[in-house]
Amino acid sequence: MAADANPQGKVSPVEIFQHIFNALQFGSFYALIALGYTLVYGVLRLINFAHGDIFMVGAYIAYFVATALLVGGASGLNLDPAVALAITVPLTMILTSLVGVTLERTMYRPLRRKGADRLYVVITALMAGLMLENGNLALLGASRKLFPDMIDKVVWTFGSVSVTNLKVIVVVVSIAVFLLLEFIVTKTKIGMAMRGISYDKFAIPLMGIPLDTIIVFTFVLGSSMAGLAGILFAMNYPILEPYMGALIGWKAFIAAVVGGIGDIRGAIVGGFLLGFIEIGVVAVFPSTLRDLFAFSILLAILWLKPTGLFGVAQTTKI
Amino acid sequence: MQKYSFTTAMIASMILLTALAQLGVINQYLQSVIMLMGINIILCSSLNLVNGYMGEFSCGHGGFMCVGAYASSIVTVLLFSKNQILGAPLLPGSMALIAFPLALAAGAAAAAVAGLIVAIPSFKTRGDYLAIITLAANYMVISAIDNMEIIGGPRGFMGMNATVHAMEAILDVPWMLIWVIIGTIFSVWLLRRFVTSTLGKGVPAICQDEIAAEIMSVDTNRMKLIAFMLSSGLAGLAGGLFAHMLGYVNPHSFDIMKSTEVMVMVYLGGMGSLSGATLSAVLFTVLLEVLRPLEIWKWVVIPLLLILLMQFRPEGIMGNKELSDLFPKLRKYYSFK
Amino acid sequence: MSLLEVKGLTRRFGGLIAVNDFNIELGEHELVALIGPNGAGKTTVFNLISGFYQPSEGSVTIKGKDTKGLRPHQVTSLGVARTFQGIRLWGEMNVLDNIRVSQHSNLGYSLLDSFLRTKRYCKREKQIEDTAWELLEAMDLKDYAFEVPRNLPYGLQRRVEIARAMSLKPSLLLLDEPAAGLNSSDVEGLIKLVRWIYDTYPVTIWMIEHQMKVVMSLCTRIKVVDFGTTIADGSPHEIQANPAVIKAYLGDDTI
Repeated sequence: MAADANPQGKVSPVEIFQHIFNALQFGSFYALIALGYTLVYGVLRLINFAHGDIFMVGAYIAYFVATALLVGGASGLNLDPAVALAITVPLTMILTSLVGVTLERTMYRPLRRKGADRLYVVITALMAGLMLENGNLALLGASRKLFPDMIDKVVWTFGSVSVTNLKVIVVVVSIAVFLLLEFIVTKTKIGMAMRGISYDKFAIPLMGIPLDTIIVFTFVLGSSMAGLAGILFAMNYPILEPYMGALIGWKAFIAAVVGGIGDIRGAIVGGFLLGFIEIGVVAVFPSTLRDLFAFSILLAILWLKPTGLFGVAQTTKI
Repeated sequence: MQKYSFTTAMIASMILLTALAQLGVINQYLQSVIMLMGINIILCSSLNLVNGYMGEFSCGHGGFMCVGAYASSIVTVLLFSKNQILGAPLLPGSMALIAFPLALAAGAAAAAVAGLIVAIPSFKTRGDYLAIITLAANYMVISAIDNMEIIGGPRGFMGMNATVHAMEAILDVPWMLIWVIIGTIFSVWLLRRFVTSTLGKGVPAICQDEIAAEIMSVDTNRMKLIAFMLSSGLAGLAGGLFAHMLGYVNPHSFDIMKSTEVMVMVYLGGMGSLSGATLSAVLFTVLLEVLRPLEIWKWVVIPLLLILLMQFRPEGIMGNKELSDLFPKLRKYYSFK
Repeated sequence: MSLLEVKGLTRRFGGLIAVNDFNIELGEHELVALIGPNGAGKTTVFNLISGFYQPSEGSVTIKGKDTKGLRPHQVTSLGVARTFQGIRLWGEMNVLDNIRVSQHSNLGYSLLDSFLRTKRYCKREKQIEDTAWELLEAMDLKDYAFEVPRNLPYGLQRRVEIARAMSLKPSLLLLDEPAAGLNSSDVEGLIKLVRWIYDTYPVTIWMIEHQMKVVMSLCTRIKVVDFGTTIADGSPHEIQANPAVIKAYLGDDTI
C-alpha cells in the first residue's frame, strides 16, 4: 500500500504522486467514517463511540450479502459479480443504517427522553461498540473472513507509480458522497434543520420537522456512509476481523475532532489530513512508527488549536 | 480505642490473608484473584479521582498502568535478573526486599510524569477534547513500546520472576500478595486523605463549577496537575504490581480494552465515591471470574450490564455517597469524609 | 494608595465594545453602586476586575498591584471576592464545604501535609472550618451547614454565596445583582445583611444592582454606565437629579 522510501532516502516526484494518491485513498475511509461522528455530534453533542464498530458491521454485512448473492451463495441466485456488487452496495448501506437507527432508538433515545446527562449516553455508546465487537467475535468466531472479489482488479502503471481501479473507485465515490452531503445539508430542508439543531434545538420543530425525525435522519446518513466505507474497505483490504473497526474508528474520531467536530468540512479535511500524515510518515520512517507519529501530530494540532481546524471556540458568559 | 479499630481490622485481615495463603488454605488461584482485586481497586479508585471527582472523561488509564508496569519491571530486571540489556544482574538478591518497593515507586513516578501529557492540555480544554487526548496518549504509549526492541517490543518483557524469587529466598512468604495488599491500602489511604482535605475538595469544585472555583481562589491548574498526576501515578503502581504478579508484560494488555475495563468499574461503582470505587472493583473482579466460563461472551454481557445500568441507575451503585451515608453506625469506627 | 484603581479600562469582543474607557477609584471602606440598563457592560467590568477577562486596553490596580496577566485566583488572593449574577454555588457540596473550599488562597499547607496530616495541616484545617462556622453563625446559616444548595430557597442561597465570598476576608467585595430574584422580605434581609457586613468588616462593597431601593438605602456613591461608557458618577442625590441618567435609565423601582 505505501511505498517505502527508495534506498538513497530521496523521494522522486513520481513517487510523491503515488503517495498523494495513496493518502487520498486512505484518507477517504477516515473521512467517510469521520463524517458519521461529526454529523451525530453536530446534532446531538454526542460522541457516538459505537460508530467505528458500525463501520465494521457494515463490512460484515457487505460480506454476507455478497457471498450470498454470488455463485455458490446461500441465496442460490448465483449472480455475476458486477450485478452482485450493484445490489450489495445499496443493500449494505440500508442495512447498516438500520443498525445505527436501532442503536439510536433502543439506547440513546430513552436516555434523551429522560434528560439524562450526556456522559451516560457516551458511556452507553462505548458499551454498545464493545458489544458489537465482541458479539461478532462470539457469534462468528475468531477466524477471519475473506471478502470475495467483486471487481476485476485493473492496475494502471505510470513509470514506478501504480494505481489500481479499486483505489480510484474509493476516491471517486468518496468525493461524490461529499458533494451529495454538501447538497443535502445546504439545499434540503431537513439538511438545514440538521445544521440548525446544534444552535437551537427548540426552534427547529417550528420548521415543521420533528426533532426525532431529524435525529433518525442524521443516524441514517452517518451509518450508511460508514456502511459504504465498510464495503469499500472490504473490497480494498479483503480480510475482515471483528476488531477492524476499533482502531480505525478511534482514529477517524480524532480526525473529526482535529478538523473541528460538528463541522462537515472539518471531518473531510481531518480525515484526509490523517491519511496524508500516515502515508507521509510511513514513506520516511519505519512503518511501526506510523501510529505514534500520527497521534503525536494530531495532538500537536489540537494543542495549538484546541477547537480543531474549523471549530469555533465557545466563550462562556458569566 | 474505636478510632483505631478500623486500622487494626485492616492489619489483622492482612495478616490473616497472608497466613491463609502461606498455609495453602487459599490456593494459588484464589491468591491471584485477591491480587487482581487489589490491583483493580487501585486502578478504579485512581481513575475515579479524574473521571468521578473531577468529572473528566479519561479513556486512557491503561496507558499509565503500562508505563508503571514497564518502568518498574525494567528496574527490577536490571537489578536482579540476567537480561539482554546489561547482562548480569546489578545487585545481589538479598537486597530485593528493599529494592522492590523502590522499583514500584519508580514505576509510579514514571507514570505520574506521563500523566503530564494529559494534565497540561487539561488546563485549556475539557470534556470531549480531553477524552481524545487521553485516548491518543494510551495508543502512543503502546506504540512507543512496540517500537522499543530492547525491551521486547510487541513480544513483551519478562524476567520479573527473579525478583520475586529473590524476595522469597529471604523469607518464604507469598510476597506478591503482601505487596499488593500493602499497595492497595496505601492507594486508598492516600486518595482518601486527599479528597477529604479542603485542598482535595478543590477537585469536585472544578467539576461542579470551574469558573466559580477559579474566581473563588482555587488554583485550577495546580489542582488538575495534582489530580492527573496522582491518578496516573497510582495507575503506574498498579501496573508495577500487575507486572510482577504475572512475571511478564506485554504492551497490548494495556490498550483501550483495559482502559474500558477500568471505566466500567468506575461507572459501576458511582463517580465521586471512594467506597463505591472499592466495592465496584471487588464486585467486578468477582464478576469477571464468575463469567469466565462464558469466555468471549463475558465481554458482551458486561457492556450490556453497563448499558442497563445507564438506563436505570446511572449514578452507579453508590452514586456519590460513601458507605457512611448508607450505614451511619460505621461513622463511629471510621470517618469516611 | 487606593484600594482599587481602574484606568481607561476597555474591553472589545470582536466589533462590540462592551466596556469603554471605564475609570474608577475606590478607597477603603466604601459602599458604592454600579448601575445602568441591561447590557451596559456592568458585569463585564466585574469580570475584568476579578481577572476572568483580560482588558483590551487600560489597567486595573489592586492595592498598588497591576493585575495584568494574573489569573483569576491570583487576583482573588489580592483581596477581591465576588458573587455572581446567577448564583454559582457548588451544587453537590454542602454549604459548609462551599465555604471551606473558597478559602483555598489561605490554605497554608502543602499536598504532602495533607497526605501526612501534619500538625500544620490539622491546625489550618481547624482554622478553615472555624472561619466557616463563624460566618455561618453570623449570617444565620448555621442550621443549613450540611444542606446542599439546591435544597435551599433562593434567598438563602444568595446568603451562602455572600458568606462564601466573605470567607476570603476580602478588602473588596463585588456583589453582582445581589437582589435579583429575591422577594420583598428577602430584599429587606439583604439590605440588613449588607449593612451588617459593612459595619462589621473593614471591606469596601461595590455592587451592581437594578433595584433602586437597595442602592439608595445603602450606597454613598453611584456610578452609572450605558453602552459601556460612564455617564454619571456621584452621590445618590446627584444621580437622581442627573438628566443624562434619567434619560438613559430611570431605574425600575420594582419590588
